Amino acid sequence: MSNVLLVAEHLNQSLKKSSLHALEAARQIASRSGGKVFGLVVGKGVGEVANELARHGVEVLVADDARVEHPLAEAWSKVVEKAAKEVSATYVVAASGSQSKDVLPRVAARLGAGMASDVIGFGGEGAEITFKRPMWAGSVIAEVEITTPVKVLTVRPTDFSAAQPGEAGQVRSLELPDLGTIRTHFVEFRQVKSERPPLTEARIVVSGGRGTRGDFSPVEALADQLGAAVGATRAAVDAGWVPNDLQVGQTGKTVAPDLYIALGISGAIQHVAGMKGSKVIVAINKDPDAPIFQIADYGLVGDLFQVVPELQKALTGK
Amino acid sequence: MKILCGVKRVEDPDQKIKVNPDGSWIALDGINYKPNPYDEIAVEEALRLKEAHGSGEVVVVSIGGEESVTEMRHAMAMGADRGILVKVSERVDSDAAARLLAKVVEREKPDLVILGRQAVDSDQGQTGQLLAEYLGWGQATFAAKFESLESEEEKAKKPGLQVQDGKVRVIREIDGGLEVLDVELPAVVTTELRLNHPRYASLPGIMKAKKKPVEELTPADLGVDVTPKVKIRKLSSPPERKAGIKVPDVATLVEKLRNEAKVI
Ligand SMILES: Cc1cc2nc3c(=O)[nH]c(=O)nc-3n(C[C@H](O)[C@H](O)[C@H](O)COP(=O)(O)OP(=O)(O)OC[C@H]3O[C@@H](n4cnc5c(N)ncnc54)[C@H](O)[C@@H]3O)c2cc1C
Repeated sequence: MSNVLLVAEHLNQSLKKSSLHALEAARQIASRSGGKVFGLVVGKGVGEVANELARHGVEVLVADDARVEHPLAEAWSKVVEKAAKEVSATYVVAASGSQSKDVLPRVAARLGAGMASDVIGFGGEGAEITFKRPMWAGSVIAEVEITTPVKVLTVRPTDFSAAQPGEAGQVRSLELPDLGTIRTHFVEFRQVKSERPPLTEARIVVSGGRGTRGDFSPVEALADQLGAAVGATRAAVDAGWVPNDLQVGQTGKTVAPDLYIALGISGAIQHVAGMKGSKVIVAINKDPDAPIFQIADYGLVGDLFQVVPELQKALTGK
Repeated sequence: MKILCGVKRVEDPDQKIKVNPDGSWIALDGINYKPNPYDEIAVEEALRLKEAHGSGEVVVVSIGGEESVTEMRHAMAMGADRGILVKVSERVDSDAAARLLAKVVEREKPDLVILGRQAVDSDQGQTGQLLAEYLGWGQATFAAKFESLESEEEKAKKPGLQVQDGKVRVIREIDGGLEVLDVELPAVVTTELRLNHPRYASLPGIMKAKKKPVEELTPADLGVDVTPKVKIRKLSSPPERKAGIKVPDVATLVEKLRNEAKVI
């Protein structure tokens, strides 16, 4: 029996959409390994999250307790370990968000498991599954084998479709294990509030780089006109022009919208790593030799401060 | 205050990386190496903490071949006090690296370990968290700060980590915003890009670094079996995006997006 434990990422009240993409990856593994997928939801006041996950056809364990309200890796890793043992999981899987990147390596250490991060697909045959994952900022795809009996994975949500709702699974509670002394203490969370759609879920993303020289108003205006999310390069985030949460790339978000519009972005490999899965890429850059044009479907050479207002006008007229 | 930092030798991230024809590894001809950028940030932060506290020691550790001493010398030219090379003949996976580091930490007994959030070659992003678990310590990954890298605080070279009363306060870049954690010392912290701008090595720094001690250890000395749990079978190139076109004007762009790509 090779069961799969899916660890949900959530926002306390609701399941993160990325978890449904990870569920799809978990299903693909289970169908090859001949096991069953179980879900795990950890947090406080997360009953609704558990129900939402269960509605996608999985049996869900929920550890709903004030002691695990914040996703502290030290504490959560012990809960995930317990759940994995309880359902005899051979695979522990989660979407590669910041929570799972923080928690899952500790789970791997506790389970004596090898771990592959940011998995984008599977290889091998039958129950012998190998894992495909990017290295060197996505310049290379490695096919890796995990030699330990238990295997831990984070998967890239953009490379798997979202699991569809199915016959609702059962939800049962998981007693917390002994958490021991926790040496990490939550102080505060400064949430970035935005009226725009979340970067990783938007159908259209408009991103700005150093070419904006700190004036993101054309990026934002175009995004709002298109109902799009706003993204940015590291250069723009480092300068403090936009919050860190908007960074797209190797160490930022991975996005794969239908349309990605890059404004004043050179197209460094580390940025491209986070957006090259987009269906259609548009680049507006005043340098005709900017590398972004090599991956753009439609490139327009020009000054973004002139082109964007023109584009906005053209979009208003049908 | 004693701080231990990891320094990994990696391919310079500004060059194009290509796979060998047989997919066994990347093509190494003409490749330049550098310290992992996140590790430079870790060393910078350690130096700032030491400077702010008026005393302490910054020890850098590298796991790799003899050539990794170059990257450690760079860290020592920045100001780190000494180096430890854990000499391995083959690449080790994140788990083996963490178990080797755990043994070094047991010998050195630092108050704080600062590692990069990931190495830009393997991009696994696991070593710091694995190390914290093997040591039974608290951790704070993705350390950054509220102020930007263009701020006055950064120009004044203020540390982003605040060490006080046996704890380190860490501002973390996570999905949705910034989280603040207090972690009891000893602790493991991993760095995000926005923690600091690493300093350049000065000429006197480079001269001094040549005389700083580097201890060599082997996995056998540390009693660690480095057999990988994650094995790379094969490397390949990602699918190329097919080349697009340049459009002459906004009207053409809008027409293409509406009628050809049908995305608006
Ligand atoms: C370890 C590491 C990790 C990294 N991770 C990331 C990451 O996750 N995401 C990321 O984005 N980067 C990342 N980077 C940084 C990356 O290498 C580039 O430095 C960065 O993406 C460049 O940002 P940019 O395109 O905004 O700036 P630049 O490269 O400076 O490009 C600005 C572009 O704007 C154009 N321009 C200027 N003015 C105008 C105008 N008026 N109109 C139109 N065009 C104009 C210029 O021609 C130029 O092409 C990372 C780097 C390292 C070393």
